[in-house]
Amino acid sequence: MSGLVFDSIVKKFGEFTAVHETSLTIPQGKFVCLLGPSGCGKTTLLRMIAGLEAATAGRILLDGDDVTRIPTHKRDFGMVFQNLALFPHLTVGENIAYPLRIRGVSKADCLAAVKRLLDLVQLPDMAGRPVSKLSGGQKQRVAIARALALEPKLFLLDEPLSALDAKLRESMQIELKQLQQKLGITTIVVTHDQREAMTMADLVVVMSQGKVHQVAPPVEIYRKPKDAFVADFIGSTNLISGRISGSGKLAVAGGTLLADDLPATGDVTVSVRPENIRVTAGRGDSTPGCLAGEVSYIRDLGASIEMYLSVAGQQITAITTPSDRPDIAAGDAVWLHFPKDACVVLGDA
Amino acid sequence: MKIKPRTFSDYATIGFPAGMLMVFFVIPFGIMIAVSFFQRVQGAFYEPAFVFDNYARFLTSFFGGILGFSIGLAALVAVVSVLLAFPFTYILTRMARRTQVVWLVFLLSVLSLSEVLIGFGWSTLLSRTAGISNLLVAVGILDKPMSLSPSFGAVMTGMVYQTFPYTVLVLFPALSRLDPSLVEVARTLGSGPVRSFLNVVVPALRNSIVSTLIMVFVFALGCYLLPQLLGKPSHWTLSVLITDQAIYQSNMPFAAAMAVFLVLVSLSLVAISLLYGKKENAA
Amino acid sequence: MINTFILRLFLGAIALFMAAPLAVVAGVSFNERKSLSFPPEGFSLDWYAQIFTEDSWRSALFNSVGVAVGASSLAVVVAFPLAWFLWRFHAPWARIVQVLGLAPFILPPVITALGFLSFWTTAGAYGQAWTVVISHGIFFVTLPLVTLTLGFEAVDDSLVEAAATMGADDRTILRTIILPLILPYIISGMAFAFVLSLNEYIVAYMAVGFTVETLPIKIFNSLRYGYTPTMASVTVLFVAIAVVVFGLIARFGDLPRLLGAWRHDDDS
Repeated sequence: MSGLVFDSIVKKFGEFTAVHETSLTIPQGKFVCLLGPSGCGKTTLLRMIAGLEAATAGRILLDGDDVTRIPTHKRDFGMVFQNLALFPHLTVGENIAYPLRIRGVSKADCLAAVKRLLDLVQLPDMAGRPVSKLSGGQKQRVAIARALALEPKLFLLDEPLSALDAKLRESMQIELKQLQQKLGITTIVVTHDQREAMTMADLVVVMSQGKVHQVAPPVEIYRKPKDAFVADFIGSTNLISGRISGSGKLAVAGGTLLADDLPATGDVTVSVRPENIRVTAGRGDSTPGCLAGEVSYIRDLGASIEMYLSVAGQQITAITTPSDRPDIAAGDAVWLHFPKDACVVLGDA
Repeated sequence: MKIKPRTFSDYATIGFPAGMLMVFFVIPFGIMIAVSFFQRVQGAFYEPAFVFDNYARFLTSFFGGILGFSIGLAALVAVVSVLLAFPFTYILTRMARRTQVVWLVFLLSVLSLSEVLIGFGWSTLLSRTAGISNLLVAVGILDKPMSLSPSFGAVMTGMVYQTFPYTVLVLFPALSRLDPSLVEVARTLGSGPVRSFLNVVVPALRNSIVSTLIMVFVFALGCYLLPQLLGKPSHWTLSVLITDQAIYQSNMPFAAAMAVFLVLVSLSLVAISLLYGKKENAA
Repeated sequence: MINTFILRLFLGAIALFMAAPLAVVAGVSFNERKSLSFPPEGFSLDWYAQIFTEDSWRSALFNSVGVAVGASSLAVVVAFPLAWFLWRFHAPWARIVQVLGLAPFILPPVITALGFLSFWTTAGAYGQAWTVVISHGIFFVTLPLVTLTLGFEAVDDSLVEAAATMGADDRTILRTIILPLILPYIISGMAFAFVLSLNEYIVAYMAVGFTVETLPIKIFNSLRYGYTPTMASVTVLFVAIAVVVFGLIARFGDLPRLLGAWRHDDDS
């Protein structure tokens, strides 16, 4: 079995459980993002892969080998730290060559490797530059080159882009993704930025408070969130409470909705993304899949129009483009159309 | 990433310094404590015994007088030193880096001078033939030169001179870490520089001030030469007495007893000042 | 502005206070005649030359420098493993050793001097030259210990972690990452100890005062038995050495940082 496996991993700091029992498989060659708000345990999980934190219980397997008790410096991976951790007393070239030098690689071979790596991260001819004279983006690339110097099996990055400004961050996301695809190396990135995860990842692991909520490709996370936390954390959504009646109908405040995969009975929460709700002017009674409501407020953001609507006392948000904008204003009566495949019934969060 | 030491070589790393300090610091102290209980022998050093004679001498009024004077003098020196050094160090930490460094080099150089050199410098400065008074005569303010030492004032001046750089360096970390925005806020609220200093800086650092006072007090207690060089015999302090008894009177046991006493006083004061410092960091 | 004027006055007064005895001693050192008078009559560099030409002063100089070099090296050699251990390992009991390392300097020097006097006497080595090297070395351990502790504190933990992720074990990390970053603190600790050892009187005196004469001991003896301007020129020499040493440290290192300051931009 290749790839990285967490087998019933637990991490406690004294009384505090940072990571509840978690089992997770990260397939070889994939780009995976550990995503969640701060304090959710994602960085702890990454540090356990690195051996910088010892697991309280459970095992970590890399390509079938149990690496749980192996000290950091004997594991095979490259890591980029949040503050980059470039050695201030060494030049760019010396930083990148560091992992090679301490293994006794000859000076000539080091020089060749440094050149190759600098070309890879698009910083040719920078080898002699002192670290203090680099810009944020350049430091970022040097850190990446250094982590890849040993051609490791795993590439770990802890919030690598958080120190960059917005524009640079966006271009680096694409570059990182392209780099990973070129090298085919198993990559795990910790981030709290969902857009980053959605852009780069093959698989997203959504976490909060030490627990994994969902592991899936970005599109699936977005379209089919498993629970309220995931639905709410990724993008924005409307969370509507409902009840399954005996005849298999999903009753919500103000009417009935249609959805797939309804459980037999019980109270449920339904997630509906604002861009999937179609709003038309008109008044009358609700029908299944279509609720009557009233416009509270409209926000014209230029590229999109946000409509805040009130349905039987509940606030619902819908988004549309300027070209599709219905002819309505605050106070008007409207119909909200909920397509069946846009209503996702959530598991318990 | 702090881990527990595991291998023998891990423990050996601390073994060497610990060993050196045990042998060459703890043992000498132990011996000194032992000697304080020994019997002084006329004409020779001392012979091993276990008597309280040496400590009994603490109860004489002679000793009591010296003790009282030592404590009073050290306290006065500490207060004056901190009074001068606190505003000075505050100004120092707000200076441009270049100027700061010049002052620091200057103060460190003065700090490195031992009591002998400082004593020599001040006794010269206060002397009749080569001191301030000569300058004042040359300028016309004084009629004839006079010696300003030995006197209590001379001892005070010399000791404050010695403790001042030390006080500055003890206050330096705390004052340089003081958040400048505290004072800036006070200024924007209409407080002049002196008032904001008194109302913001001093209260914020009062624990530092107290612990510095204690540290300087201990430091001043240790002056063994200046009271002797610049003062009359009535100005001798405990440290002077210890030196005198140990070297010139060959009365090691008594000197050792006084030293033990001095250690106990110093250690308890240092412990108190550390606690004060911790309180401030926690606040 | 009145405030700036008062400020300047205050700083000027302090500067004058600190410099006055040194200025007078300097003046006296240039005096032509062998007498203690100020303002100086005549100008002569004889008394500086005497430090090197006259046997007793020259040998005192060599003694002082030799002891200072030996003692400062010993102080660093003892302080370094201690500071490293305290930084690297979680071992609460090690604090005791740290306190032992700080104690010699915090206590009044008389006490340490007396302790060494009793120790060397009991050990039967009283008066031998090497005893003062050890005495000073232990007495001044605190200085490199403090600077090294600050230095280790200043090493960014993530640098150590990064090196570990690249395959460096403890020894390699020490050699390739920590030592280069700590070097300024090693040097400044050693330099502080060197300068203080040069100047130190009472511990040296009580350890070897009758057999080995260092410069401060010689000055003190001269103070009691007869004045010579060479005392003044030695004092000026000491101040000059101190200024040069600390000036060099300031030139190549961050002196305010070494003394415990940090600035807000240090958090990046």
